[in-house]
Amino acid sequence: MSQDPSAASGSVPTYRPVGGHAVLVEFGATIDKRIHDQVVKLDAALKAAPFEGFVEAVPAYASILICFDPLVADHRTTEAAIAELLGAEVPQTIGAMREVEVCYDADLAPDLAAVAEASGLSPEDVISAHLSGDYSVFMYGFAPGYAYLAGVPKAIQQPRKPAPIRGIAAGSVLIAGPQCLVSTLTMPTGWWIIGRSPTKILNPASSDRPFLFDVGDAVCFRRISRAEFDARCLA
Amino acid sequence: MPRMSQAILAINFAGPHVAVQDGGRHGLMRYGVPASGPMDRTSFAAANVAVGNPAFQPAIEVSMGGLVLDCISGEVTFAVAGGGFIVEHAGDKRGAWMVATLRAGERLAIRPGHWGSWTYLAFAGHIEAKIWLGSMSTHSLSGLGGGRLAAGQTVTVADPEVRDGRHGPIICPVIARPRSALRVVVGPQDRFFSKETLSNFVSSPFRLSDSYDRMGVRLQGPSLAPSVALDMPSEAIVRGSVQVAGDGVPTILLADHQTTGGYPKIATVVDSDLDGFVQLRPRDHIGFLAVTPQQAIEHIRLRASTMSRYLAAVRDGP
Repeated sequence: MSQDPSAASGSVPTYRPVGGHAVLVEFGATIDKRIHDQVVKLDAALKAAPFEGFVEAVPAYASILICFDPLVADHRTTEAAIAELLGAEVPQTIGAMREVEVCYDADLAPDLAAVAEASGLSPEDVISAHLSGDYSVFMYGFAPGYAYLAGVPKAIQQPRKPAPIRGIAAGSVLIAGPQCLVSTLTMPTGWWIIGRSPTKILNPASSDRPFLFDVGDAVCFRRISRAEFDARCLA
Repeated sequence: MPRMSQAILAINFAGPHVAVQDGGRHGLMRYGVPASGPMDRTSFAAANVAVGNPAFQPAIEVSMGGLVLDCISGEVTFAVAGGGFIVEHAGDKRGAWMVATLRAGERLAIRPGHWGSWTYLAFAGHIEAKIWLGSMSTHSLSGLGGGRLAAGQTVTVADPEVRDGRHGPIICPVIARPRSALRVVVGPQDRFFSKETLSNFVSSPFRLSDSYDRMGVRLQGPSLAPSVALDMPSEAIVRGSVQVAGDGVPTILLADHQTTGGYPKIATVVDSDLDGFVQLRPRDHIGFLAVTPQQAIEHIRLRASTMSRYLAAVRDGP
């Protein structure tokens, strides 16, 4: 992860117009925790004090998209409102800690052996390394509830597969490069499947919390046995 | 007016991409959930308002494949609006943009006509379908929401009403016609492209390819290959983003677009031009017209007032 000079100097972000109803606010051009912290901070400030015409914000690695109602606001008023929010003191927001259960049994972890071989480790070492990662939610994307967690330890990082595999079960715990995610729908993936989780990241039945994570939250994985996994899935 | 508790419609045939939609699932892009909703929001609203509904009550989106259904029981007033589709009903063959009443024993067939890619079937009543994250809009990738319709299924309309005072044609306004001149705001990644590529983008004709669904449409035309390495971190995408893959092929992202992506966006189509754009068909030509952000806002505002006057006229009835 290379450093971005704009992050170090704390200079004003770049504002880019997106069509007639949004502004993209860029804090840098790399995947970097310090850049992402600025995204999370502006997101929190917007939530605490939305400007007139604010519609929604979509935080990502190094940027945040701010959508506005073009009948009420425009790019200029939106940029001015954001500039004001950047200057304002916002209460230090600390992401919540979320726990995700994971079972690493071989039939739920079809790529665990391959990751172990490629890393020169035993499968148990891969599991220990995965559990020791310092994860946080950088963004959602690709499909509903797909939360990109950064923090996979270097020792087990693998590039994505050359071609995606279809029909991978929801709940699969996937890694690629420094990223980890728990899938929420049956979908193709080119990432490595090292376990499966019964923890629902996307839970439409929950009216108060349909998505487990907010961008900026910290995440830890907790290993569970097959018996616990089966019991959770039936619950 | 007769009133029954429900109308039951059996699907005899449904093409691909025939599904329940409503006003969309808004405010969840930050969780990876696109808004979905109708491809052509103008025609969708017209169909609803023509039968006396709020503009974005759940209705059925019908693709070029068409839809044939049989009314098994009950009776309900319906509207079809969007494109030049053909409506066959009770021995009549008419164009879309019409309101009539479907009764038990009658068949309703909606087939593609001379123009348009999407049409909308709205009922004076409430379609019974699943709600996902607060909306009946169908997310095409997962099928979640109200869901796709397939032959053999039935659709139940609760509290159906016969509103025969609304029978007759619906005005098809200019804003619901196909639109081939697309206003765009250049960026947010125009810096990834050479001056020559940017100039080609706004001066060359493009065509819609056959690769066209609710997520987006790939275009054919000059290559718009980025001039620098593709190493940008993924960021948010909007409906209307013109995303260029590494091979130089642009895609215009539509109702069910993925919410984030790592390919550069050369421009963004002004949202109010998209309803007309989606009524084009594969192989139709388009051209891009660069406007300033402020011109885009002015266009959207003008368009919104035209739309609201139009819907008011349709609401007043034939």
